[in-house]
Amino acid sequence: MQHFLSPGILTGAFLITGVVTAFLYGRGLAVSRAQLSADDARAHSLPSYHGYFSAWIVALLAVGVIVPWVTFSGALPKFMFPAMILGAMALGFIIINRLLTPTFRARNHVERFVGGALMICSGVAVLTTFGIVLSLVFESLRFFDQVPVLDFLTGLQWSPQTALREDQVGQSGSFGAVPIFAGTFMITAVAIFIAGPIGLLIAVYLSEYANKRTRAAVKPMVEILAGIPTIVYGFFALLTVGPAIRNFAEGFGLSVPTQSAIAAGSVMGVMIIPFISSLSDDVINAVPQTLRDGSLALGATKSETMTKVIFPAALPGIIGAFLLAVSRAIGETMIVVMAAGRAANLTGNPFEAVTTVTVQIVSLLTGDQEFDSAKTLAAFALGLVLFVFTLFLNVIALLIVRKYRERYE
Amino acid sequence: MSALKTNHLGHPRSMFDTGKVIDMKATTSEANTARVKFKCRNVEVFYSGKRALHGVNMDVPDSGVTALIGPSGCGKSTFLRVFNRMNDTIPNARVAGQILMDGQDIYGRDVDPVLLRARVGMVFQKPNPFPKSIFDNVAYGPRIHGLAPRKNDLDNIVEKSLMRAGLWNEVKDRLKEPGTGLSGGQQQRLVIARAIAVSPEVILMDEPASALDPIATAKLEELIDELKEKYCILIVTHSMAQAARVSQKTAFFHLGDLVEYDDTQAIFTNPKDQRTQDYITGRTG
Repeated sequence: MQHFLSPGILTGAFLITGVVTAFLYGRGLAVSRAQLSADDARAHSLPSYHGYFSAWIVALLAVGVIVPWVTFSGALPKFMFPAMILGAMALGFIIINRLLTPTFRARNHVERFVGGALMICSGVAVLTTFGIVLSLVFESLRFFDQVPVLDFLTGLQWSPQTALREDQVGQSGSFGAVPIFAGTFMITAVAIFIAGPIGLLIAVYLSEYANKRTRAAVKPMVEILAGIPTIVYGFFALLTVGPAIRNFAEGFGLSVPTQSAIAAGSVMGVMIIPFISSLSDDVINAVPQTLRDGSLALGATKSETMTKVIFPAALPGIIGAFLLAVSRAIGETMIVVMAAGRAANLTGNPFEAVTTVTVQIVSLLTGDQEFDSAKTLAAFALGLVLFVFTLFLNVIALLIVRKYRERYE
Repeated sequence: MSALKTNHLGHPRSMFDTGKVIDMKATTSEANTARVKFKCRNVEVFYSGKRALHGVNMDVPDSGVTALIGPSGCGKSTFLRVFNRMNDTIPNARVAGQILMDGQDIYGRDVDPVLLRARVGMVFQKPNPFPKSIFDNVAYGPRIHGLAPRKNDLDNIVEKSLMRAGLWNEVKDRLKEPGTGLSGGQQQRLVIARAIAVSPEVILMDEPASALDPIATAKLEELIDELKEKYCILIVTHSMAQAARVSQKTAFFHLGDLVEYDDTQAIFTNPKDQRTQDYITGRTG
């Protein structure tokens, strides 16, 4: 019995009942007062707007109690909470009773409430972004207290094991992130090297050569690739592609580890094919038909039209698509965690194991760690670098795409 | 080579069709009496099986301007796109009948539409310069057809084409600037220069002035008047006044039929068909 009447449940029940009652009360009030009013003039707003207005007032007052309560909970006995909610809602009903007359501009007020509510929703998203960025920045600053920025950005040695106790030896840790950036760059390059040409040619095929029915069937099928969970790609890379590459290389007498940049990069490339093909397909389709007609009417073939007119016209959008795919590849985690390895090798050979920013963040933060050690804080610094870089790429991509759109509208 | 003879070879329906076959000998009143450029016999166009053009028979002279007029949806643009096989690029479009260009069936099995379109240029309703420089726009055709082996030749072709399109003086100092930056009227003359650059025999114009203001339109009509000395021009237009001003021959289309085809003078002063009369006097359409 006790937990049925817990303050939370009670509050919820009060809230819903109160708001619904307020709606009905406000609407009824509007109807009856309009009928009673002496002049023939119609009420300013429809009765349901009076109802919505009442519901909003009651809900706002109730929330006005809940928020401070949650913030300063414990100061008052628990049973006071439902009582205060009830009190607030009663106050709401008194206000409603005062305000609602046939001339009351309920509709305008409701529109304002709705606008405000929508603004708050988008505000949540924006504020969250700010919050994440700020936490990244502050934790990174703590990291840079211990490790100089320049050492972090230009150091060639990455071994983040630090001494847990004073008496441990040889574990000073070194935080030169260049090998990690290089690994990230190499895997991204492999991925784009695979996804770029294939994605682009898929887009060309879908937009210019495929007939309607083929296009309707193929496009969703390609896009399924983007919907496969990355962990599935991860074990595909680790258990299928990696060994396949190793066996293939052994045929030439070479020894390649199962975990390699090329295994992770090629699987990631497959994953981002739809990013490139779908976006490029959209921008190629956005090139006006009149340009195609103009070129064909001059006696150009389909492929001449494609390479000489459509492609240059769509190029900015295609570059935008590539940049978005790159930022997706850089931020991708699961595939590289499983298939790229963890050793921070500084190498230019894609057949060796490398590591990426995302992999290192995972390994820095998993396991028992003191939160304020340089090792854990390094994750924030890496995250910040990752964030700044992908943000930069996204902004450029969006600017390019937008500029391109404006040209044909 | 008489029109009648081909008629007997065509479908029997063509004998009773409203489309009037013009015997070119009857039109000797024209100063530049011309050979027949296109001989159309029972031309039909289907979109997804729906017939948009009902057996048109028409001879287009190889010089002067031939105007195609009629209310919206009458099939005049569809008919225009028959001459350079642009209907081929529309999925589910099918053309039936026979179109002879200089006696050769342009829908014949051995005809490459790509080469045909180099001989039959086209100007569209909306100016459609490529997002390239003015020079590259004009040089596009000569380049893909390999007409200018040396850079010098290309420069000559571009200059000559722009001059002929009456645009040279306006753009000669900014050939490197994008063609999309020109005004609407200049863009339309630029695409005409682009079409001229591949030395076509015929220029098709699909309502070329409909997106232009009156001054640009006047300039364009002046240009058409000059071009007709060298090229066979077919123009689709919504404006009857324009047809009267620029053309020597006019064909009136209605609901997919070629209703009447005659000297422009005759069509506008003495139409034989009631529908033509209703349209040009503004009673329908």
